[in-house]
Amino acid sequence: MNTDRRQWLVLGAAVLTGAALAPGFRLIELVQARSPQEAASTLQRWGLLIDTTKCTDCDVCVTACHEENGVSSHGRLETDAQWIRKVSLHDKRTGYAQTLPVMCQHCTDPPCVDVCPTGASFKRADGIVLVDKHTCIGCRYCVLACPFGARSFIHEPVSDQKADVPRGKGTVESCTLCVHRVDRGQIPACVEACNRDGGEAMVFGDLNDGGSELRRRLNSEPSTQIRPDLALNTGVRYQGL
Amino acid sequence: MASVQYREINDRSARYRALLAAFGVLILAALGAAWTMEHRGHVVTGMSNRVVWGLPHVFAVFLIVAASGALNVASIASVFGRDFYKPLARLSGLLALTLLAGGLAVLVLDLGRPDRLIVAMTHYNFKSVFAWNIFLYTGFLAVVALYLWTMFERRMNDYIGRAGMLAFLWRLVLTTGTGSIFGFLVAREPYNSALLAPLFIVMSFSFGLAVFLLVLMSAFRWSGRALGDAVLKRLGNLLGVFAAAVLYFVAVYHLTNLYVTRQHPFERFILLEGGVYTALFWLGQVLLGGVVPLVLLFGRGAKRARGRLVAAAACVIAGGFAQLYVIIIGGQAYPQLMFPDKVVASSFFDGVVAAYAPSLPELALGAGGVALALALTVVALKVLPFLPRSLTDGDVDSPAT
Repeated sequence: MNTDRRQWLVLGAAVLTGAALAPGFRLIELVQARSPQEAASTLQRWGLLIDTTKCTDCDVCVTACHEENGVSSHGRLETDAQWIRKVSLHDKRTGYAQTLPVMCQHCTDPPCVDVCPTGASFKRADGIVLVDKHTCIGCRYCVLACPFGARSFIHEPVSDQKADVPRGKGTVESCTLCVHRVDRGQIPACVEACNRDGGEAMVFGDLNDGGSELRRRLNSEPSTQIRPDLALNTGVRYQGL
Repeated sequence: MASVQYREINDRSARYRALLAAFGVLILAALGAAWTMEHRGHVVTGMSNRVVWGLPHVFAVFLIVAASGALNVASIASVFGRDFYKPLARLSGLLALTLLAGGLAVLVLDLGRPDRLIVAMTHYNFKSVFAWNIFLYTGFLAVVALYLWTMFERRMNDYIGRAGMLAFLWRLVLTTGTGSIFGFLVAREPYNSALLAPLFIVMSFSFGLAVFLLVLMSAFRWSGRALGDAVLKRLGNLLGVFAAAVLYFVAVYHLTNLYVTRQHPFERFILLEGGVYTALFWLGQVLLGGVVPLVLLFGRGAKRARGRLVAAAACVIAGGFAQLYVIIIGGQAYPQLMFPDKVVASSFFDGVVAAYAPSLPELALGAGGVALALALTVVALKVLPFLPRSLTDGDVDSPAT
């Protein structure tokens, strides 16, 4: 057997092994994803890490979020829904400028959930804060209570809704952390877009999973929350703030 | 004191029907506004994602706060045993009911989904002060109705004191709840203060009594009944004390803020640089709603003039609206502090004072709530004996007793 032939055989065997094992790995991934029937679990706490030093002037996260969730603009910024927005900061003393995305911070103790009279604002067991579109009466008290300006009241009729993301005029909505994608084992649209077309500033993961990249980064690098003084233990963390 | 005789206002005149028709037009306009807001969305209003509570809430909170305050006259009679105020107790209870009904109507019709009122009645989150308020409002209606029953039904007269005490305690809790809707907003510098609950209670004393005075004087004049100076003098003095108490609480609130460096930007906004909010604070709330009524009520020549009393009550009401506008809308327009020491900018208008201009539908809805409260009062005065036949100085104890 000459060397060339042997190399080909080894390569072929490797490809075959890979082809045989890959579906298995894929299956593991599928097994790890929750089935639609399975309730969200406190074993997970979904969260985000946003590295503002890598966050560029782009807004691919905003575009991806609004496309994914069917959030369209009417050209009226005051009343348009904004699930995620880019905020620019200039230090008053040093002039240091930076930019970062702000969305629902998915707090452990969300003020919006505390104040909601009907319980329409709620937190899932896995930490995702949502609005039950069937019991929201549109009182907007949660919009007032949110420390991050993360919630929008739907001021106009909505059309072209996505099947996964029910919306409705007269109710309140905010970032769902792309719960429909997370439940399928995918990552939020903003994170995917940032990693693909942006500055790779966002990491999504399970804050309870010691092996996740999110936890590894949080364990080894400094990070902070917006309004840490409120002690809300947000699921969204920032670096470079 | 001789037993008081109460009589309905037996008025079938065209004038009475015209008054009701005028209220009816305003109520219809409010319903039209509410329908438009629900059909086309709140985009037809001046409200936005930054100022989510607008003019309707100013009207609604005014009416709700005034409702609990209007009950004070009855409480003074039943709870504090001042017989002098007894003949006024029925009207006091009636206004508490009608003003609350008007306020709640505005609040409900402004909801994004007013059709889901049943959801609000069946799903409760007991950590929400808003949910407590739903119980406090409906409970207040029931307690005041019971209180009125003990006044109207001779067999129940022995229970007036106990019902009055229950209603008095309930109204204190209710206004505490209304103030706490704002006081519990921990993330907003203008709110987040335990002072808002007692501030709202003294505001209710003042606004409620002002409305009560105007309705009392109008109803007596309308029905040609005699109203003595003794009653008006006492109520006028009380209004002056309440208006002064509101000024005191406002002063304490702002002085407390001025001591906290972090709150200085907010105080600069309200007291100096807030444009319409600064103007409304100094000219509306402080001058018109506080200083002018005090001068009118306690200044020279104040003892005789009924016109001055009417003007003082009207000023308190106008100042009250200004005060609630500053608290509710000014408090939201002021940017939330998210990034200290940073200049903030975004498509959400972070870091800047939010724009707000009240719209016609909002005004129509709010005015409709006032019209509903007054229409209910006018109808009730006609069908049930709420008002004494006469309140001349001879009919009531002299002020000295």
